[in-house]
Amino acid sequence: MRRIPWIPITIISVIVIMAAFAPLIAPYSPIDQTLPDKLLPPFWLEGGRGKYILGTDPFGRDILSRLIHGARVSLIVALLALTAGGGVGLAIGILAGYLGGPVDSVLMRLVDAAFTFPAILFALLLAVTMGQGMATLVIAISLLLWASFARIIRGEVLALKQRDFVALAKVRGCSALRIMLTHILPNVLNTFMVLVTLNIGVVIIAEAALSFLGAGIPPPTPTWGLMISEGRGRIADAWWVSLIPGIAITLLVLSVNLFGDWLRDRLDPRLRQL
Amino acid sequence: MSAAGGVKDETILEVRDLRTHFFLRRGVVKAVDGVSFTLRRGEVLGLVGESGCGKSVTALSLMRLLPKGGARAIGGEVLLDGTDILTLGDSQMREIRGRKISMILQDPQTSLNPVFTVGDQLRESIFRRAGGRTAQIMREAVAALRRVDIAAPEQRIGQYPHQMSGGMKQRVVGAIVMSGEPEVLIADEPTTALDVTIQLQYLKLLQRLQRETGMAILFITHDFGVVARLCDRVAVMYAGRIVECGPVQEVFEHPSHPYTQALIASVPAMTGPIGRLTTIEGQPPSLMDLSAGCRFEPRCRHAEARCREAYPPPVGVGPDHTADCWRLQPA
Repeated sequence: MRRIPWIPITIISVIVIMAAFAPLIAPYSPIDQTLPDKLLPPFWLEGGRGKYILGTDPFGRDILSRLIHGARVSLIVALLALTAGGGVGLAIGILAGYLGGPVDSVLMRLVDAAFTFPAILFALLLAVTMGQGMATLVIAISLLLWASFARIIRGEVLALKQRDFVALAKVRGCSALRIMLTHILPNVLNTFMVLVTLNIGVVIIAEAALSFLGAGIPPPTPTWGLMISEGRGRIADAWWVSLIPGIAITLLVLSVNLFGDWLRDRLDPRLRQL
Repeated sequence: MSAAGGVKDETILEVRDLRTHFFLRRGVVKAVDGVSFTLRRGEVLGLVGESGCGKSVTALSLMRLLPKGGARAIGGEVLLDGTDILTLGDSQMREIRGRKISMILQDPQTSLNPVFTVGDQLRESIFRRAGGRTAQIMREAVAALRRVDIAAPEQRIGQYPHQMSGGMKQRVVGAIVMSGEPEVLIADEPTTALDVTIQLQYLKLLQRLQRETGMAILFITHDFGVVARLCDRVAVMYAGRIVECGPVQEVFEHPSHPYTQALIASVPAMTGPIGRLTTIEGQPPSLMDLSAGCRFEPRCRHAEARCREAYPPPVGVGPDHTADCWRLQPA
């Protein structure tokens, strides 16, 4: 049995707690500008002040406070997009894989069609038509996710339904719906959980990319992607403005992936109790 | 056991002229092409034949669980307790499956769901039949495991399939199937995937369960030794048809169809001088283009002109014993 990955769990917990209690933890408002204090470096660098631990951005806003509030937006977007996109993908994958035939053909052509959409372009289109905001962002990222979930889950179901335990369930008189829910679904949950954790990284990066491009949450609400974007013009003299949220994204995605890896092993009953 | 097993003449399952064909792009595979037999209450009927002769497709046709994609039962009747199950709707068929007619599959390694404990799977089956409260179902599940000779069932019930041996899994499958209290059990080579030492144990267990419950068993195998040990009657299948059917002892002592004769001759004798094994020359015919005549004709030593022209009707050759061969026709 692998050891429990304490470091990733700690990092994830810290970020989750930060996100949950952002207004209580953050030392300053993430929005209010203090222009005289603009572009101050983190406190350990020359010119840094203890007041702003991670420095300030071009508008004199505290980067630590923006990071804490930004975690909230990033995590909520990830949660909603994975629930919507992943859930739809899971359901479609199981239906297509188990029922087969025309249902499978129609659903999988939909998946093929979804893959042909350039996701970023589509998100920009959505942002233009629906306006910027959390809902647009979640819909855009869900549309990016569901197809890959559906395709992978379907493949898994195709293999599962050939197994004799499905035949034995039919022999016992179980209906197709019952077999899908009680026999197929629990068997693909491992794969689903691994897909979810691996895609948390994808979602956070997609959220950052879309916010960076201006198709995400509108400023001044802080998100990690937007923060990177705001620093890109000053990368030579004020690198911390972009780099600090970049490090935060890297840490979170890496931790989530390590945790997902461990979770996959943990959930596999064949590896349990060995 | 005598109360339920006593009545041996009442027919529980009658199959009349069953035809199951696979409609493929390349052509039609006549996997089952005119199979008829009867199964009486409390009897064990062996269905023997070589690989690909249609044994398993017959079984799946009876369960109405043919693979999707081209396989269809296009003709005949399957009368289960007087009802033709080929005409039933899907939901009616689900009511029957597991309770009136059930099946044990070949491979115990994949017959159980790997993510649930064996107890969960057993309870699902018990609950579907009888409902009831959790404690009651739990007791029944333990009793069901005990009945199939699983030691320490209270501990085993919380275990996952991967923690058990193949023989034990197949016994759990037996317990799950038996908990539906079926009147007809189809066993499709249930011992093929087991160790030889475990096979005999499993056959004895099946025999005991059959006596206790008085259910009828259709036992599919390619092993004559198993037939001799377990079955009351035997049906020999060749290229989609049953060519000979009769009481086990009758068929073994007086095999009438040339195919049965050749099959029995090719079983190595345990006594007497050691000689070369007899084999049957040639290959079974392709099920895609079958001739109008006897399917065994190309390999038969006694083939005549009339064998090529039409399929022979069954001829009674002894008490309860028939064979499909022109040579047996009274002139």
